[in-house]
Amino acid sequence: MRLDRRRLNGVAEHGISILVTLFGLLILTFVIGRIMPTDPVRAIVGEDATREVYENVYRQLGLDKPMWQQFLLYLRDVATFDFGTSIRTGQPVLSDIARVLPATIELATFAIVIGAGLGAPLGVIAAVNKDKWQDQLIRVISLMGHSMPIFWTGMIALLIFYAGLGWVGGSGRMSQFYIGMVPERTNFLLIDSAIAGQWDVFRSALNHIILPASLLGYSSSAYITRMTRSFMLDQINQEYITTARVKGLSRRQTIWRHAFGNIRVQLVTIVALAYGALLEGAVLIETVFAWPGFGQYLTSNLMIGDMNAVMTCVLIVGVIFIGLNILSDILYRVFDPRTR
Amino acid sequence: MENVLDVRNLTIRYRGAAEPAVRDVSFTLGRERLGIVGESGSGKSTVGRAMLKLLDTAEVTADRMSFEEVDLLRAPERQMLDLRGRRMSMILQDPKFSLNPIQRCGHQIAEGYRRHVKCTKAEARRKAIEMLEQVHIRDPERVYDLYPHEVSGGMGQRVMIAMMLLTDPDLVIADEPTSALDVTVRLQVLRILDGLVRDRGIGLVMISHDLNLVRSFCDRVLIMYAGRLVETLDARDLDNAKHPYTRGLLAAQPRIGGPRGDLPVLDRQDSWLQPHQEVTA
Repeated sequence: MRLDRRRLNGVAEHGISILVTLFGLLILTFVIGRIMPTDPVRAIVGEDATREVYENVYRQLGLDKPMWQQFLLYLRDVATFDFGTSIRTGQPVLSDIARVLPATIELATFAIVIGAGLGAPLGVIAAVNKDKWQDQLIRVISLMGHSMPIFWTGMIALLIFYAGLGWVGGSGRMSQFYIGMVPERTNFLLIDSAIAGQWDVFRSALNHIILPASLLGYSSSAYITRMTRSFMLDQINQEYITTARVKGLSRRQTIWRHAFGNIRVQLVTIVALAYGALLEGAVLIETVFAWPGFGQYLTSNLMIGDMNAVMTCVLIVGVIFIGLNILSDILYRVFDPRTR
Repeated sequence: MENVLDVRNLTIRYRGAAEPAVRDVSFTLGRERLGIVGESGSGKSTVGRAMLKLLDTAEVTADRMSFEEVDLLRAPERQMLDLRGRRMSMILQDPKFSLNPIQRCGHQIAEGYRRHVKCTKAEARRKAIEMLEQVHIRDPERVYDLYPHEVSGGMGQRVMIAMMLLTDPDLVIADEPTSALDVTVRLQVLRILDGLVRDRGIGLVMISHDLNLVRSFCDRVLIMYAGRLVETLDARDLDNAKHPYTRGLLAAQPRIGGPRGDLPVLDRQDSWLQPHQEVTA
């Protein structure tokens, strides 16, 4: 890859569009904070505060200043990573996030690996055997993954695999017994326990994550399967597939060496989207499995109007999606020579 | 002369179609260049693809369909995989679609060779580059590493030809090999193909809707109409064609320096479905 002027321009253009998106996102979170029908001052001072105390806090928060100044103050806070304190937990929002986000990232990453690892091959098989029994079977499997409510499958799976068979751990990120035993470094439990060399904890964590991750993975594999199938159907009728067959390549070789390579770009896009959706937090699964993750945190704060936390969560979700977009743009360039 | 292809009463019906796409077509091919001419939908491409048994969604029946010593009707897919790309191959119409967009041209050429000949990557690369030279590509080392979207249509089609002739096949089906190209490079590409086919004694089936092209590059011509073979002639006798459809096609061609009036339009008759011997004058 040569680094020429055109590519540099492309990178610059990209950078600018990211900045614009980020700025738009900040405006959005700021506006959300202002138009919500909650009173941030009342939330801090409580119901029985005197008028004087109320006015004081009102000024401290800068709410008496014009809107544009308030926005600048907000920008300054964001730039210095000062997201305020959560009313619900009494902790700085940032330290709350540092605790809940890794739990969700761990779960979502595990789930997307399962989802894509299952969904993409199933989609290919369905496309290659279009309208045959394999296709029908895969369609039923993915329809089930799509239509069964995940809190229900979560409970049933807990009943069967935890309560019944005892194959996996129950709710939470690890057994009660181990809580507090691992020094928190990254808050990724699998990583922390591996660093500390506490393999019992590692095993317990793995045992606990496997069931919710499988269920989430199954449910996102439904979408990935369906999309992969239709991407593949588009490709296997192309002329270059005929060329490959004329060269004497077997069906399997034409599918995996030629057709599959051409759907990677599209596949990356939808897997990134599915991953983003998982990172946003799977509230239902997190609730069923008592998983102290991002989705639960966001939802409970939303319920009581803890605006500092909500605004930060929205900002983070936005940043995650921007990040995933950058990642899939980079992968486009790797996978498709026409975009270089 | 030993036949490369021997086809008797070939009938092809696509699954779910009421009428067969090809009906009772018989022909033989020696080490010669045979043109198949007909309008769109006449079944000429279908015949070509049936020779390589590429029609998965069609029912192919014939009294006989053989390629050299191989009975194609009974050949299992396993055997076809060894035949395709080594002893029989096909040049497709438009390199924009027939080359894999995300693989380098050279890699695609070498892939076919490596499928059939045991050799190292470096050898396959050397062979591919040699072949690129033979299709008159001036800078084969560079073209080897280009992606299909980086080459012109004419060059893409020469890459295609190189890919399909690299294993020295006995039969090549050229399915409209120049229709997607600019008029200016058509002749150039055809000359290259023609030269290679003659030198190597390859049996060539040239599928086309261009009568003049077939006239100058083929020995014999089959005329197809509505899935049927209506006339077989020597290319040089094309002007003496007897079947009314062929005559109609010839009459409908514009001529440089000819009169500028409206060209005659085909006035289709049911009797055209019969081969010319049975047409009463």
